[in-house]
Amino acid sequence: MDLFTMDRWSPYAVGIGIGVLSCLAFLLSNKPIGCSTAFVRSAGLLERLFRGRKVDDKPYYRKFAPRIDWEWMLVLGVLVGALASAWLAGQFEWRWVPHRWAAAAGTSASIRWLVALLGGFCVGFGARWAGGCTSGHGISGTLQLAVSSWIAAVGFFAGGIATAMLIYHVILG
Amino acid sequence: MLKALHDQKGAQLLLGFLLGVGFGFLLQKGSVTYYDVIINQLLLKDFTVVKIMLTAMVTGMIGVHLLVGLGLAQLHPKPGSWGTLIPGALIFGVGFGILGYCPGTAVGAVGHGALDALAGGVLGMLAGAAVFAALYPKLASLLQKGDFGDATFPRLFGLRPWPVVIVVALMVTGLLYAIENAGL
Repeated sequence: MDLFTMDRWSPYAVGIGIGVLSCLAFLLSNKPIGCSTAFVRSAGLLERLFRGRKVDDKPYYRKFAPRIDWEWMLVLGVLVGALASAWLAGQFEWRWVPHRWAAAAGTSASIRWLVALLGGFCVGFGARWAGGCTSGHGISGTLQLAVSSWIAAVGFFAGGIATAMLIYHVILG
Repeated sequence: MLKALHDQKGAQLLLGFLLGVGFGFLLQKGSVTYYDVIINQLLLKDFTVVKIMLTAMVTGMIGVHLLVGLGLAQLHPKPGSWGTLIPGALIFGVGFGILGYCPGTAVGAVGHGALDALAGGVLGMLAGAAVFAALYPKLASLLQKGDFGDATFPRLFGLRPWPVVIVVALMVTGLLYAIENAGL
């Protein structure tokens, strides 16, 4: 069981594992692994609580119906799997402010929360605009040699690197 | 293909969950559910994220193309256009740099207790997805600009898949070797 309680695995072992899971997803479920449609389906489910069934008529929710599907269950599984891994390694810890952020921007939980909310908004909005995220385009799409996914992956990292550099070297630098 | 299994709704929901458990477990074990690791990747100081993604890509690329060759799987390349990919990927990237998690790793981060990933990341992503859904009818014409469908590189260049798979696998392996050699 040492393997399961270890702090950290080699990135190459983890990468091979994720590659194998991707193959299993194609073989057993005829689907590529992805994480961002679960968010739009959940947003639709939440909107439905307030506005009722007419939410289903929105053109985007006709494409991605607000319901619990394979990918939604996959995202739920990610939560459980990460929890299990952290728990076994004794790494579970409630934390508002990551160390790296605290060292550069201070330990205020409310500032980190507002920044994360803004970042999360752009991630959710951009993932739907681009039609996928770092999983759906970045791994599952690139491994299929899809042209769209390679362009998306370059864009994700170009935007991410420029923004992180701006935050850490200019704004907080 | 295992069509009978693909059509079993309940079994598929369970499979999705189990594959997700494996995925989340690996993401946490690889430490890419941590803001510090992701932000240090974007600051080009720690290449853990790139190492994991590229290794997963090469492994999956070889495996999935083998499955397709054996008639056990079919590809599902995402369609795309310049109108979706350039603005969409850059907005995502900006968010990625601000948040320090992507959708999958944010959910994984919640699994080890990261509250910024939950109350900021997940909530923000839900709001972003909802606003996109609301704006979608207005954006629809822009999204179709420069559409190139669900092209793959082998189809684009009129090649069979295997030569491309082998060349990409060798190039990525070389890149990983160079990253490791550079001590990153």
